[in-house]
This record gives sequence, C-alpha cells and structure tokens, in this order.
Amino acid sequence: MNLSSRTDPLWRFAGVRPVTVLFFAYLYLPIIILLVLSFNLNDSATIWTGFSTHWYGVVLGNDDILRAASNSLLIAISATLLATLAATLAALGMSRNTGAAQQRSTNTINGIISLPLIVPEIVTAVATLLFFVLLGLQLGLLTVIIAHTVFCIPFAYLPIRARLVGMDASLHEAAMDLYANEWLTFRRVTLPLLWPGILSGAMLAFIISLDDFVITYFVAGAGATTLPVYIFGMIRIGITPEVNAISALMLIVSIIFVSLSYLLGRSRSSG
Amino acid sequence: MKRVGLLLPALFMIGFFMLLPLGLMAYVSFLERGVNGGVVWGSYTAEAYIQFLFERDLDDSLLLNTDYLQIFLRSFTLSCITSLLALLIGFPVALYMALQPKPYRNLLIFLVTVPFWTNLLVRNYAWILLLRNNGLINDLLQGLGLEPLRMLYTPFAIGVGLTYSYLPFMVLPIYASLEKIDLRLVEAAFDLGADRRRALTRVIIPLALPGIIAGTLLVFVPCLGAYVTPELLGGGKSLMIGNLIQNQFGAARNWPFGSALAFVLLGIVLLAMMLYLLRFRRTPEETT
Repeated sequence: MNLSSRTDPLWRFAGVRPVTVLFFAYLYLPIIILLVLSFNLNDSATIWTGFSTHWYGVVLGNDDILRAASNSLLIAISATLLATLAATLAALGMSRNTGAAQQRSTNTINGIISLPLIVPEIVTAVATLLFFVLLGLQLGLLTVIIAHTVFCIPFAYLPIRARLVGMDASLHEAAMDLYANEWLTFRRVTLPLLWPGILSGAMLAFIISLDDFVITYFVAGAGATTLPVYIFGMIRIGITPEVNAISALMLIVSIIFVSLSYLLGRSRSSG
Repeated sequence: MKRVGLLLPALFMIGFFMLLPLGLMAYVSFLERGVNGGVVWGSYTAEAYIQFLFERDLDDSLLLNTDYLQIFLRSFTLSCITSLLALLIGFPVALYMALQPKPYRNLLIFLVTVPFWTNLLVRNYAWILLLRNNGLINDLLQGLGLEPLRMLYTPFAIGVGLTYSYLPFMVLPIYASLEKIDLRLVEAAFDLGADRRRALTRVIIPLALPGIIAGTLLVFVPCLGAYVTPELLGGGKSLMIGNLIQNQFGAARNWPFGSALAFVLLGIVLLAMMLYLLRFRRTPEETT
C-alpha cells in the first residue's frame, strides 16, 4: 500500500489499533518480566524482594554453565563459518544462471537449500541421529557442528542471495570492460558490495545455531552439552532464580545481535 | 560447470546430511526393533505402522488401540486452535502495520521479529513463571480477591505457549501481502459505495489470501511437530506428536516406531506444502 492517503481517516479500521497494542504487550510482557525477575534478590523465582545481581554471579561461577557456554560458542562459530561459506558460494553460483533452460534446476536447487526450513525440527533431529549412528560417528561436538551447519545454510543464504539479486549487473560488466579478470572483479567489485549481505547472513546463522535446542538435544551425546540443552535440564529439575539469570543472559545476547543486524541493514538502505 | 562447483558445498551438506538421513529414516521405519533398542538391520517388517493402530494380544491377534491416534488428534486440534487464534490476532495487527508510515512500519516489523530470534526454550520458560500455581498471574488473581487457577501443565498452557511462539510467523506473511495491495483498488471499492466492512471482506481479505494461507501454514507446521512447548508447559502429560517421537528414542527405545511417526509427520507437512504451492504457485525468487 503506497499512497499518501494512508493516514486518511477512511483507512482507520475499528479495533485494529487496540489489538495491535495488546499483541505487542503479549509478545513482550513475558520477556520483560523474565528480565526483571532475573535481578531479584529472593531465593524464590517469582517473589520480588529487592534488586540484586547476585544470581548472575552464581551463573558465572557455575563451571557446568561455563563449559556449556563455551561448547555453544565453539559450535556456533564453526557452524556459522562453514554455513556462511557454503551459502555465499551457492548464492554466487545461482547468480550465474540466466538461460531459460536453467530455470527448472533453479527451482529444484532453491527447494533443496530451503529444505531445513520446511522439515519439522523433530524430524530432522531423528533422521540425523539415525544417520550418525549408522555411520558409526561418536556423538559429540563434531556431530553437532555438522547438524548445525546444515540448518544454518538457508538462514545465511537468504540475505546473501537477496543482496546479490539487488545488485547492479552493469558494475560487474564495467569491471570486465576495464580489463579486470574474473577473480579481480570478484575481489574488488562483487565481494565488497556483497559484504553486508554476508555479514547479516552470518549473524542470523550464529543466533540460530546458538539458540537451537531440539536437534542438538538429539545429536549432542554426553560430551557436547550446549547452553540450551543445559538450561532444559535445569528447568526440568526446578524453577530457580539461577535459571532466570541464565535465561535472561541468553535473551540479552540474542536481542543485541538482532538489533545490530537491524541497524546494519538500516544504515545500508539509507547510505 | 563453474556453477555446479559453486553450488556443490551447500548441496552436498544438505543432500548428504539431511536428504539422505530422511531416506534412511523411512527405511528404518520398516526394520525390526532391536531387543535392547536400536534396530535389526536387514530384517523387514511393517510392525511400526501396525503398532500405530493396533496392539498385539497374548495370542498375537490384533486389538484396536487408539492411544496413538488420540495423540495425533490432540496435536491436530491444538495446532488448529493455535493457527485460528494466531490468525484472529495476526490479521488485525498486520493490517494496522501495513497502514502506518514507512519508517514506523519498519520499526514495527523489527519488533515483531525480535522474539523469533530469541531462544524458544527461554520464551516458553517465561510462561512457566506466569502460569504456574504460585506464579504471577495467580498472584494477581489473588490480589484481586479471586480464586487461583490451575493453568500450568494443561492443554490451555500449551495453546498459550504455541500461539506465543509462532504468532510472528502469521503476522509477517499477511503483512507482506497487505503491503503489496494496490490501494486504488480499495479506494475504488469505497467510491462504489462499499463501507469499510465490505471493502475489507470483498477486496482486502481476498487480495491478502496468499499471505493468510502462508501464515496459517507457517504456524500450523511447527505446532504439529512441537516438542519444547508441550514438554515444558504441558508437563509431558498432554503428549503431542513431538513428545511421542522423542520418547521412542529416549525411554521407550523403539527406533522403528519413532521413525515411522516422524515419517508420517513429514508426509503430512509435505502434503500441506504441496497443496499450498499448487494453489499459489510462485517462484522462490519472488517470495524471498
């Protein structure tokens, strides 16, 4: 809808605004309440007695949590690098097809790349577990990194591909006209222009990997417990202020990352 | 040739570590169950699919057993209710967003997507704090002089949690369809004497239908395979398909049955996707 008459009273549909206000309250109240309660002094998870950062100290002093966090980071960084590399190459490969004959294969390839987005997580988890068992791979960090790389690829691919599609093809042609070879054109023209897309794809892949629970739960084995798997175990034992604090930390990290990715996108479109 | 080389790493990773495992899963569902978990390779049986509907009596005759069917039906019902709720909330929100000035619209989209990028486990945990017996909602009710309610570990809690988890998936595609509508069409409806209600039901909603269907699908599919929400907010009591599948690889140690359940779930999801693509066919390039 792109008319200036957007603000015309005619366009005001009754009830739409209050529903939107309630919607955002529903979306954010639980998150805000969790953040507030994580600073609670009390031993109980929900009775407020006073402000304190005590439980954050407890979390940061818990060796199991630190180990799980370092596993999570190692896995997320590895999966992000591998998935972003594969996704960038794939996006570049896809931009190389112009002929009508390749249109069919384009659809198939797009279908395969978006497969991890379509198949329910629990199904992927089951299938991947069975496959690793059949291959005789010991469940651990390696299996988790492989599984994460697979489902991170589409998240990294989409922003990179979108960036490439929006790119002016004449820049590429101009570089070739000026006698830059294929590699030089890529390094000096395509890559710098593509960089914001690659960065935002990598950021999305990183958060998706860091937050994953279901697939990790199936393929992690005993030695590769990640933060979400550890938190799941804690919640099952009981609701404690410690869980509040570690949950709040995870929320804050995700929110910072998404905000950065958003700001990156905004400065791109305005500049 | 170069194109193939560039595409190879991504296609290999997804093909070898996802497509192939899905095929293996279908294969395992037809294998015999191992005595101590695992499977007996090379020994084929349809037992896993029979087990879905029947149990074996002492003399090996089949008795109808609807336990598993009930779990599937419960998952379907909860997913339908969740999708409907999400649609009822999501459509007005998307409409409101689409009618805002551009910079404000972008901010609203950002606010809708933030919860999606936060941890699902953590978001569901927040609802435990709200819903449990001595949780915040009951504190509030008691403060108002009302009786506390038992909410956590009920299907109600699962419904709230699922709607909360997947609501952004409804808002965004509907918004995307609404945003593309040529407003002149709606103005024409007004000029021809339609009131807002008729403009909405006869022009706006039909034009937004692809987004509405896409949103419903994007909510319905993850609900059907949900594991975290029923586990945390349902207390593992009101089992859904996801929990049943996990159970076969955990305590029950019945891999062929777990694989069969996952395969059936996958089949339902793919069928829904195919029906959508047949009805609203667009190239993926346009939708991204």
